Amino acid sequence: MEHYLSLLVAAVFVENMALAFFLGMCTFIAVSKKVSSAIGLGIAVITVLTITVPVNNLILHYLLAEGALTWTGISGTENIDLTFLGYLSYIGVIAAIVQILEMFLDKYVPALYNALGVFLPLITVNCAILGGVLFMAERNYNFGESVVYGFGAGLGWALAIAALAGIREKLKYSDVPAGLQGLGITFITVGLMSLGFMSFSGIQL
Amino acid sequence: MSAATPKGVLTTPIFKNNPIALQILGICSALAVTTSMSVSLVMTMAVIFVTAFSSMFVSLIRNHIPSSIRIIVQMTIIASLVIVVDQILKAFAYEMSKQLSVFVGLIITNCIVMGRAEGFAMTNPPQLAFLDGVGNGLGYGFILMTVGFVRELLGAGSVFGFTVLQPIQDGGWYVPNGLLLLPPSAFFIIGLIIWALRETHPEQVEENEFKMKENSQPKEAV
Repeated sequence: MEHYLSLLVAAVFVENMALAFFLGMCTFIAVSKKVSSAIGLGIAVITVLTITVPVNNLILHYLLAEGALTWTGISGTENIDLTFLGYLSYIGVIAAIVQILEMFLDKYVPALYNALGVFLPLITVNCAILGGVLFMAERNYNFGESVVYGFGAGLGWALAIAALAGIREKLKYSDVPAGLQGLGITFITVGLMSLGFMSFSGIQL
Repeated sequence: MSAATPKGVLTTPIFKNNPIALQILGICSALAVTTSMSVSLVMTMAVIFVTAFSSMFVSLIRNHIPSSIRIIVQMTIIASLVIVVDQILKAFAYEMSKQLSVFVGLIITNCIVMGRAEGFAMTNPPQLAFLDGVGNGLGYGFILMTVGFVRELLGAGSVFGFTVLQPIQDGGWYVPNGLLLLPPSAFFIIGLIIWALRETHPEQVEENEFKMKENSQPKEAV
């Protein structure tokens, strides 16, 4: 239990997806103009990461890894190593899950579907999702760990984008040099936030 | 982008319509892999390769892709090309591929690749799409190399691993600035590059939504 808790805290703060690894930066910068839309996107990312990371974990361990196909009972499968197909299957699974989630929410939870709006399909190409999956594969998490990691990584990302959106709403009223207007000052703000989050690094749990 | 001449599609993305500085595309990897020049160079070449060829292939089959599944088709092409790059790197430059870790895989979701496939290659012939891919890859590489240059020179005192400024711990005079090896410095440098680009190309400056009113009675304020 303690192990999972420390994994969660590490995923949210120490290894924050957005501010320590810069994943999902494109949407992070583009959709952080308003707090409300930032929170909507944040929730969508949490949902998708919590589902896709464990599912891809199963795919990796039961289909792709070396000798993973042994459970089928077909002789000769012990020597098959399909890990090089990883990227292709991960992104396919992510795209499919986002699509399924969209249809499911549309039918059964229309309120959430309307709140998420266009963000849901956009998430397929959000680097944070694929990044989460690839980190899971690289660090060899088991199923339980991958659930916790997926949720924690999503939570950390959502926290960061909500905080940035809050800062940017205030920033609108400040007098910024013309050339730095908009994108430039946002980058510097994110840099300062990231510097703040650096203080979490080195914490061993 | 209306008049798509071969020279135009190759050069405009570098300064005038830079994918990172203006279109906010492909920032994720631009930040994480720029601690040294050689890593940035490998990443740039990988991205140019993937963008150019994915644009070309998407453009080749653009008239046969049903529009409802085009994203999946583009994704498949891009992912296959990235697998090729990853396998080549693992075979010939294993150390480098360890340093790049997940960021090679993340080229798949690099918005530049996807954006060019969707925005340009779907409506243009293969040769132009190929050049457009190379151009955008170069625009990406330009920012990447600049950031990498500043970070490696000031952070470690070297360029491409060759010592330029002798660091103080090796008996030299230069005190390395550790901040530039930390991730946040990439944000500052890109922010400053954007500032410089916009000063030279004023048409890129974003409109100020909440412009401050001029002081109407300056005498009383003094």
